[in-house]
Amino acid sequence: MDVSVSWLRALAPSIDGSPEHLASLLSSRAVPVDRVESFGDELDDVVIARVLEVGKHPNADRLSLCRVNAGSGEPLDVVCGAPNVVSGACYPFIPAGGTLPGGFKIERRKIRGQVSNGMLCSEKELGLGRDAAGIMRLGDDHTPGEPFARVMGLPDARLELDLTPNRIDLACHRGVARELAPGGEEDVVLPSFGGPVWEPTWVSGATDASAGGVKVAIEDPERCFRYLAAIVRNVQVGPSPEWLQARLRAAGSRPINNVVDSTNYVLLELNQPLHAFDLEKVGGAEIRVRAARGEDHTTLDGTEHRLGSEVTVIADAEWPVALAGVMGGADSEVSGSTSSLLIECASFDPRHTRNTARATGLATDASYRFERGIDESGMEAALRRCVELILVTAGGSADGEALRVGRAPVEAPAIRLRPARIQRVLGIELSPLQIRELLVPLGFEVGEGDDDLQVVPPGWRPDVRAEVDLLEEVARRYGYESFPHEPRAFRPSAVPDSPVWHRASSVRSALSSMGALEARSASFASEDRTAGNPARLLKPLSEAESLLRTDLVPVLLGRVEHNWSRGRRDVRLYEIGNVFQRTDADRKGSDDLPVVEETRVGLAITGLREPPHWSGNREDIDLWDLKGWLETLASTLGLGDIRPGEPDASDAGLPFGCSQWLGGESFCIFDEGGLVGVAGRVGDEAMDLPVWAAPVYAAEFRLHAVTVGSEEAYAQLPTYPAVSRDLAFVLDRSVSAADVEATIRSAAPATLESLSLFDVYEGDELGEGLQSLAWRLVFRAADRTLRDEEVEEGLRLITVNLEERFDARIRSS
Amino acid sequence: MSSGGDSGNLKETLESIRREALEAIQEADDSEELEKARVRFLGRNGLLSRALSGLRNVAPEERPEAGKTANEVKQTLETTLELRVDQLAALAEPDEVPKADLTLPGRRQWRGGVHPVTRVIDEICEIFKELGFTRAAGPEVETDWHNFTALNIPLDHPAADMHDTFYLDEGVLLRTHTSPVQARVMMQHEPPVRILAPGMVFRRDPYDASHAPAFEQVEGLAVDEGIDFIEFRAAIDYFVHRFFGPATRTRFRPSYFPFTEPSAEVDVSCIICEGSGCGVCKRTGWIEIMGSGMVNPAVFEAVGYDPERYTGYAFGMGPARIAMLRYRVPDIRLLYEADVGFLEQFA
Repeated sequence: MDVSVSWLRALAPSIDGSPEHLASLLSSRAVPVDRVESFGDELDDVVIARVLEVGKHPNADRLSLCRVNAGSGEPLDVVCGAPNVVSGACYPFIPAGGTLPGGFKIERRKIRGQVSNGMLCSEKELGLGRDAAGIMRLGDDHTPGEPFARVMGLPDARLELDLTPNRIDLACHRGVARELAPGGEEDVVLPSFGGPVWEPTWVSGATDASAGGVKVAIEDPERCFRYLAAIVRNVQVGPSPEWLQARLRAAGSRPINNVVDSTNYVLLELNQPLHAFDLEKVGGAEIRVRAARGEDHTTLDGTEHRLGSEVTVIADAEWPVALAGVMGGADSEVSGSTSSLLIECASFDPRHTRNTARATGLATDASYRFERGIDESGMEAALRRCVELILVTAGGSADGEALRVGRAPVEAPAIRLRPARIQRVLGIELSPLQIRELLVPLGFEVGEGDDDLQVVPPGWRPDVRAEVDLLEEVARRYGYESFPHEPRAFRPSAVPDSPVWHRASSVRSALSSMGALEARSASFASEDRTAGNPARLLKPLSEAESLLRTDLVPVLLGRVEHNWSRGRRDVRLYEIGNVFQRTDADRKGSDDLPVVEETRVGLAITGLREPPHWSGNREDIDLWDLKGWLETLASTLGLGDIRPGEPDASDAGLPFGCSQWLGGESFCIFDEGGLVGVAGRVGDEAMDLPVWAAPVYAAEFRLHAVTVGSEEAYAQLPTYPAVSRDLAFVLDRSVSAADVEATIRSAAPATLESLSLFDVYEGDELGEGLQSLAWRLVFRAADRTLRDEEVEEGLRLITVNLEERFDARIRSS
Repeated sequence: MSSGGDSGNLKETLESIRREALEAIQEADDSEELEKARVRFLGRNGLLSRALSGLRNVAPEERPEAGKTANEVKQTLETTLELRVDQLAALAEPDEVPKADLTLPGRRQWRGGVHPVTRVIDEICEIFKELGFTRAAGPEVETDWHNFTALNIPLDHPAADMHDTFYLDEGVLLRTHTSPVQARVMMQHEPPVRILAPGMVFRRDPYDASHAPAFEQVEGLAVDEGIDFIEFRAAIDYFVHRFFGPATRTRFRPSYFPFTEPSAEVDVSCIICEGSGCGVCKRTGWIEIMGSGMVNPAVFEAVGYDPERYTGYAFGMGPARIAMLRYRVPDIRLLYEADVGFLEQFA
């Protein structure tokens, strides 16, 4: 909403201060002001001039040579480049020696051999608008030499209000003036247009009424509450006077003609949308407000619509002539040949207006206001003001009778306001008198009860319906900045901290310390990066973002590709985020969602194991790095067991859609509840690999598998010496290290403190199909020094077991 | 060396061997002398072996203790001897070996790190923790009841226009704000409630320099008896001063959110120009950082709290936007591209 400061001051002369001051006042009390734009500041040298003659410039095709009366006595020769200059018309003019806004000085000079004594100006040159196509034509009845700025009501400033949905009352100058004037509503007076006063006799009816040969009927009272109409005859449609055009322009509205401009003026001043019909184009001189019946209709913006029954129309005896509360029709539009007008001033139902606007894809100044509710008690005054403005700008005469159909304006019921509640919610103590002083200037009627106040909101505040709405009015008029600064005691939350955040922090610190960078990416994915039964957006922004991601790794692989495209080969990314699957389950309650989600951790690593160093050692991350990452995570985060293999369909929980990226070597992570993660080498076909790329390894696991807050007791530090022994076994290559380890552990005495594999060898001299696994075993007893015999006995048992199970023999060195 | 009749004697002997041997090892200036010391103390017929043979004469119950001491002495001497061997070897290195160029770079690890938006979220949570807040979480796929209706936003109200929503199904959507977590928490817990709910939210905004269809939000909610507007302002002021610095000023302006009333937009004095006006604050000297207000009683009614008994405040802020301001990131897309060159700057 654009507001003209000079218009505000015309309505409430008590409004004082610079535009910037007014903007900050509005921001701190009502709604934000996005921009303050001053214009028409430096127009002291500009006068209105009449062009007496237009002749061709002898030396230039595109220029004309004009004789201009600028009120200075002798007519002046002026060279003009505008195609639209007309003899007899008036334009803004800067005589030689004057200065344009911005400081450009106009000199008397020769243009292609002809002397020019000044310049006829366009809107843009004067800083008033964007129109640079031609010079700015003014009305024809000016006296040459009049100061241009004074005639145009300049200088002025435009405040760009960022209206919140509740403050519809601030969508007009009167509302803003009321908010800014020191005395509020009392300071606002609508200045007269200087023409005749129109006080009609109202011809009323609950559903229909007729007067002056015109009939108005509300056929559907749910769609239209009230419809007023005035008839004005013998108008002369033409351009509006300068002051009116200037005001509309200042408020961001484009002038059209005196009739339409008059309705727009009243809209911007009083918030009441009005529409002028060419009465002769209204068939049967009948207005019916009703649901549409599938008719075709062209609105005055030139678009065609087929109107379903959700659309509310203003129809004549047969056809729709306008979309109710939204836009007029092309056929009944006011044009240069119009002489009789029907002026509509109505109150349409907000919901039906919204339906009409939605169905036709139109959003207009009128529909914006009707959707939020207009002030029905101000309708008659608005219609009177519009008719009076038309009479001044377009002449003609108004019928003495006007129509008034529908119900009486509904007055909002009184709201109980308890000063004790103000104290409780706002923390300040206000007397009934103080409360009254805050509310009355805004138009509220405040009556006193025993220990409360009875407050009736004005018609222009449809947003104020409950006590809490009044609390807000009190708080903002009191001034948010005026509240005292007092710390308060508080009770800590009774809601326990959700473990999700603690888990996520543990994951972040583990992975960050291992050299991975946290990524955050959108939750959307394309078809080829999802698996299972992905949830689809009804209206996606693009096909590539039409599904909710079902897994994190495919999204991270996309991020790895992005880094490759920037020439980065070493990429280690992780992300903690939600993945989604659609469920087939029937939705029973409103709380059952057809989409399940869980938070996961994804990881993708590729490139050099360590940053390059001059000493050499430039190896790429391999499978054992991945497994090492997993083992470190498993021990720091308590993830569970890492086992070779791929997940299968029988695993519980949301499925891991890894078949599309997992290539060959893979692991699963299990905890007591089952599968919690997958990891492995990413298949080459899953990505767009540049030739220089290193293999990519990835992992994904459920966040809930992370164990936090473990409170295990510490293990006592050993006091007796340990005995360590190395043993190498030769056995078949098909035997896994994990099986050997399990056998050793089960056969070993309780004094086996640690067991680690330190060498794997597969040389030919061992024999075909054989391998050697070398283990270091450390034994220790908590209560004594171990004797050699004990250790030897333990080793013997281990050896025997391995021999029996795997036909293993001790490798002699 | 006589053989002692009891462990006390043996212990003394071992102790004196230890002292003498350590001295001899330290004083050995070349490998020859060191070898002599080794033979003398640790050799097959060295002093230590001979002393140990005295173990036989120690009373059986004291033998383990004495054996342990003997072992310790042996280990100490062996270790010291090895160290001295290394020391002598190092000393014997010829001087002409060039010294390493110590200006060469060292061996480093890859730098990992947390996303800048995470940093901001963590810091916000840290500060509100001091005000008794805990953290809550809620689903990203929501019902329209939790996302709109429970928060006093009728589905056909123009206020719903403020949210251009991704729907998945009738009545099922991607949450447009973290506020539905308010409803979920209040339906499960009795006051005092003081929670923060960080999380992703979704709006149908195509990507540009300042918009993304998915971005982070941090919701805050405090509900108890006796919470008033003054406490609300004090809490927000406390946060701003802790987060942006004690010199930062706050400004509360009227605004509109269906689930709070009175509603307020909170501005802070521009962290770039400190209020004098710059491109970041659009010459106003102020930057908008959160929407907030006193919880609307209609929300309490929807979740089953007594609106006469309880009052509270709620707020929501965008950590992505705050991260952009703090780290001068000009384009929101940089946050979500996962470019290693960008992320490493925060590692």
